[in-house]
Amino acid sequence: MTVSIKELSKEEYLLKGHIACAGCGPAIALRLLFKALGNKLILVVPACCSSVIPGPYPYTSFAVPVQNMLFEATGATASGVVAALRRRGVKDVTVVGWAGDGGTFDIGIQALSGAAERGTDFIYICYDNEAYGNTGIQRSGATPYGAWTTTTPTGKKERKKDMAFIIAAHRIPYVATACPSYPMDFIKKLRKAKEIKGTKFIHILAPCTTAWRYDTSKTVEIGRLAVQTGMWALFEIEYGKFKLNPPSSQLIDKAKRKPVNAYLTSQGRFRKLTEDDIKKIQKWVDEDWERYHKLASNSASDFGLYGKI
Amino acid sequence: MAQTVIDTANHIAAIATKAARVQVIAAYPITPQTSIVERIAELVESGELDAEYIRVESEHSAMAACIGAAAGGVRTFTATASHGLVLMHEALHWAAGSRLPIVMPVVNRALGPGWNIWADTTDSMSQRDTGWIQFYCADNQEVFDTIIQAYKLCENEQVLLPAMICLEAFILSHTYMPVEIPDQEKIDDFLPPYKPGWFLDVNNPLSHGNIVSPDWYMEFRYMMQEAMENAKRLIPEIDKEYGKYFGFEHGGLIEKYKCEDADLILLTMGTIGSEAKISVENLRKEGLKVGTARVRVFRPFPREEIRKLAENKQMFSIIDRGISFGMEGFLAEEIKASLCNQKDRPLIAGFIAGLGGRDVTFKTIEKIAEKSSEWMRAGRVEKETVWVDLKE
Repeated sequence: MTVSIKELSKEEYLLKGHIACAGCGPAIALRLLFKALGNKLILVVPACCSSVIPGPYPYTSFAVPVQNMLFEATGATASGVVAALRRRGVKDVTVVGWAGDGGTFDIGIQALSGAAERGTDFIYICYDNEAYGNTGIQRSGATPYGAWTTTTPTGKKERKKDMAFIIAAHRIPYVATACPSYPMDFIKKLRKAKEIKGTKFIHILAPCTTAWRYDTSKTVEIGRLAVQTGMWALFEIEYGKFKLNPPSSQLIDKAKRKPVNAYLTSQGRFRKLTEDDIKKIQKWVDEDWERYHKLASNSASDFGLYGKI
Repeated sequence: MAQTVIDTANHIAAIATKAARVQVIAAYPITPQTSIVERIAELVESGELDAEYIRVESEHSAMAACIGAAAGGVRTFTATASHGLVLMHEALHWAAGSRLPIVMPVVNRALGPGWNIWADTTDSMSQRDTGWIQFYCADNQEVFDTIIQAYKLCENEQVLLPAMICLEAFILSHTYMPVEIPDQEKIDDFLPPYKPGWFLDVNNPLSHGNIVSPDWYMEFRYMMQEAMENAKRLIPEIDKEYGKYFGFEHGGLIEKYKCEDADLILLTMGTIGSEAKISVENLRKEGLKVGTARVRVFRPFPREEIRKLAENKQMFSIIDRGISFGMEGFLAEEIKASLCNQKDRPLIAGFIAGLGGRDVTFKTIEKIAEKSSEWMRAGRVEKETVWVDLKE
């Protein structure tokens, strides 16, 4: 499936007047979501930046039905919405969970795990800005090693969870990563996910100008650097089959990847990293890529990531 | 044809979901609610109940799934007890604030520690401020009837609030009683399909639970309070209408027994109300002019009826199977609050009894009445709250 920017709808369902920060990565991703799927979708939005971005009652800048929901409850709520649609005989509407990293990695992991295990027919999108952004940048389970947040003033001492693989271990039919800096890749994955029955999980790295400490004009660039350095890999696990997507698929050879330093020095949040820290991070990234390489060159059944009942 | 079944309140609650043509059930098991969700699973899998059944991974998720389903525009049900209910607490507020007519039996069970699976109403009483309507049942027939009545009430556009149908652990949940299940056609006539005023609809996109500034928040809360007042007016009407249809009435907001000429009123909730009728009979034989009033609806609280009941009475004795630590029994609190502006109010004494499933028999209640009558004659309540049968 190829997607051309020319054939995308000119309709906008993220309306003017939303109150996201200038340069907000998640807002770009949200606009792309609507470009990909149109307006025949219902959003379930837990407490996160996106519960504020639409603006206060009596206005909203989301031109689709939204169920705003409790922080930890996206997965379960989506199960309820999907059940109601089935009861009402509605077949052409996609339910999308749209949650931040806190609501996915931490407080919402139980409800997400439950929904995935039940096979709820919906797309869960985690827009990951690697911190609790809406509450003022506190560390989350998605915050990377060494990053400054208001609750890790000297840098986080732990590593980020590997969320895509945690969800892949639920043996759902589709897991993918994306980044709004690569819009066509993201749109393609959304459209593919829409056609697959069951739980689909898309993990987006969504650069956050406010939390990551970079200029508001650099969001797309930062996302690209994440991919080019291999700090973020674009891949899919479709029915258990792992596949790297371009441009990540060209980066298996370490020589083709930029050193992580290029990404880390582009953001104020990594200001306090030492040389040793950077070496450590580079080593972890290289280890991840060895794993991606192994996964990409083996068959799905070798890893038992998916098994049809 | 109506049929009489002999079954436990839990199984009766499951049968009621079928009678009410519930469309989505989301539930998580907890003792002593389990036989509700087990029976529902059997009904759904045998095809007797045509509904979606979401087996969630926690009570918080059960309520979240109910919120999603109810917002999706269908009739929704769950059931829980004790720790499950208090885990739901956050979602209870969200369900009520979302104005969704979810109906939920709560099998009243004690909260730990120590672990205790027996009857105690502190679980649901401690959820009284969540915006849920609360019914308390005295027998299995009432459990069935109240579930049907609750959907009718909650789905009324003047109400649009969720309701808990509270029933005490084991005393009702696992006790077999005869219950008349009315003819399905008549139930369908009494309770037509749910027609939501708004729901998640791509043709009419609305943001449910959007951020609300101080400019508007109070107005939404005021509307909830108004809805509660409307429910207070509608509950007795619906109970009467139900009685006309099916022959069972449960007293509307308060079920009164021999109160008219009584000097002393024993105020109760749930099954203690049934037991108290026996005590009243016995005590009247001994010449005590006593009656009993079972508060069936705790939210909205029947303040006006309590005031009316208090006219020309000498004493109110209130029995609570729950305690608000640092104050007193929940019912005692509300009754005192209801009467605080009344000029000639009765003496009021509170009795805490039956916590964690300790038996409250007609003899226990007679003892309470005798102590009350002593204080009534003396014109003075010696102790604001008495813990009944407490080991020294």
